[in-house]
Amino acid sequence: MYTYEAGIRTVKALAVAGACALALNACTPAASTVPAQRLGLGQAASAAQIRGWDIDVRADGAGLPAGRGSVAQGQAIYQARCLACHGEKGEKGTAPRLAGGQGTLASKAPVLTVGSYWPYATTLYDYIHRAMPLDSPQSLTPDEVYAVTAYTLHLNGIVGADAVLDAAALAAIRMPNRDGFRPVLE
Amino acid sequence: MDIVRQQADADTDSPAPASPRRRRFIARGAVASLAAAGSASVVPGAAQATTPDNLPPNIPQWMREPGAGFLNPAYGLPSPFEKAVVRKLPDQPAAFPTATRTPLQSLFGSTTPNGLFFERHHGGVPAIDPAQHRLMLHGLVERPLLLSMKDLLRFPAVSRSHFLECSGNSMAEFKAPGKGSVQDIHGLISGAEWTGVRLADVLAEAGLQPSASWILAEGADAAAMTRSIPLAKALDDALLVYGQNGEMLRPEQGYPLRLLLPGFEGNMSIKWLRRLKVGDAPFQTREETSKYTDLMPDGTARQFTFTMGVKSVITAPSARQVLDGHGFREISGLAWSGHGRITRVEVSLDGGRHWQAALLDGPVQSRALTRFRFPWVWSGQEAILQSRAVDDAGNVQPTRAALVKSDGQNSIYHYNAIQSWKVASNGEVSNVHV
Repeated sequence: MYTYEAGIRTVKALAVAGACALALNACTPAASTVPAQRLGLGQAASAAQIRGWDIDVRADGAGLPAGRGSVAQGQAIYQARCLACHGEKGEKGTAPRLAGGQGTLASKAPVLTVGSYWPYATTLYDYIHRAMPLDSPQSLTPDEVYAVTAYTLHLNGIVGADAVLDAAALAAIRMPNRDGFRPVLE
Repeated sequence: MDIVRQQADADTDSPAPASPRRRRFIARGAVASLAAAGSASVVPGAAQATTPDNLPPNIPQWMREPGAGFLNPAYGLPSPFEKAVVRKLPDQPAAFPTATRTPLQSLFGSTTPNGLFFERHHGGVPAIDPAQHRLMLHGLVERPLLLSMKDLLRFPAVSRSHFLECSGNSMAEFKAPGKGSVQDIHGLISGAEWTGVRLADVLAEAGLQPSASWILAEGADAAAMTRSIPLAKALDDALLVYGQNGEMLRPEQGYPLRLLLPGFEGNMSIKWLRRLKVGDAPFQTREETSKYTDLMPDGTARQFTFTMGVKSVITAPSARQVLDGHGFREISGLAWSGHGRITRVEVSLDGGRHWQAALLDGPVQSRALTRFRFPWVWSGQEAILQSRAVDDAGNVQPTRAALVKSDGQNSIYHYNAIQSWKVASNGEVSNVHV
């Protein structure tokens, strides 16, 4: 009896068998032994197309671009592009608080910030680049993102005032709450 | 909103003689919305006082002349009398509003109309031209692919009913009983019939490499929202969805393409989906580290708590409604579980001391909203109404006390405790913690 699933399997097998699909009578039983994999839809994505969209940065730093930025440069960018929402020193804005709160997680009123809660510094680069500033995401250059990342970490006492971050330096930072998460995977 | 009292006020204001048009205007203002107040609002007496000409034995005005013509408008809208049935923002204005909530108290059955489906977005709703939208598949695949919407519409289609619940739904109840309606308190839950393609089928087109274990899903919105999806879920029941309740997705629901992960926290069902990158570890995005992780009383946080727990809530009667009289009415509500099917819902009228089984409206589907109903004769006594759901994995909806005992009051996400509505002897319904 014909079933839809069996029909799909046949289409995939024929697609894999190539010209066979155009000449059903010529098909050999070999077609059914080919792993049924594809419907043949979509186009190949080129390396250049992928490069333009492949913006994520992983926890280990994979995906971080070339570039570098200092705390001082970051402070200037922060004041121009971030302070209006995140407030002075990342503590008194209308947007989520960025700094402070270390040591409060087990208290009755925990303060969740980059310094008190975030497990990976690399995530800061990924997020600032993809989503900030709110009114023009993906507008900062890699140097600017490294700089704002450095300044945000400095506000939390995680890097010094003279710190300069690049891919290697950022990936090497160990955040205070790095071991504060328990994967459940339920 | 006290619909019943509003109606009473309007009644006393209405002049006795009025032209038919004037009467229709009055009726519109006075009745507001039948559905808005659910079982608490059926007030034939009030209607009689404002529009006696339209009640038996008289011939209603709307039978004495032809009604509106076709295509008026071309895309149909609810009756103007239902204008109060809308999504809403929280009562407290926020610098950065995060979500609108579904009017659960006004809806029937287990399907949320598309215009009332709750909204949550982090960078606004993008206006995407479907002809210029692409889904990119890359990473640990054999053949990186670019798929257009036309390509995706050629895949074998499936339609399935599933709920979507924001992980932060009902979060304020961890702290104190909210003073709003069931919409305000629990309105980040909706359900729909989704149409799309199996993610497993699309992944098969690209071919997975042996080390593949996680997939990063990324949206084409200004937040470029990203979450890591376990491969097992992607190959199990994940869908790439373009249809919702029989039509294309609404812009605020991810038009033209979204991920749908049945039973998982809503944030993971990435809207405006533009990219799937296959990897061998979670990507540790901001939304799965600093957000959507559950802080426990000891200061550590649970991460990757994806499944929404078994939960139910009585929607009629519910907070801010006023029962309009003694006698029979139906208690009704919704139940759902991210683990599977709802197998049982029980209702208590006395704050959880005694429980009785409610009727489940079928078909009861896995990871979908299930409507339950329970017959009740209210004699005017004070009551504490509760519902408690059980799913086919044996999970039982916890009491609030049990949930707070295990998770504390700062975990923000995954609040699924039993809801208590107090019915006062004057008929007023309010939210209480017992």
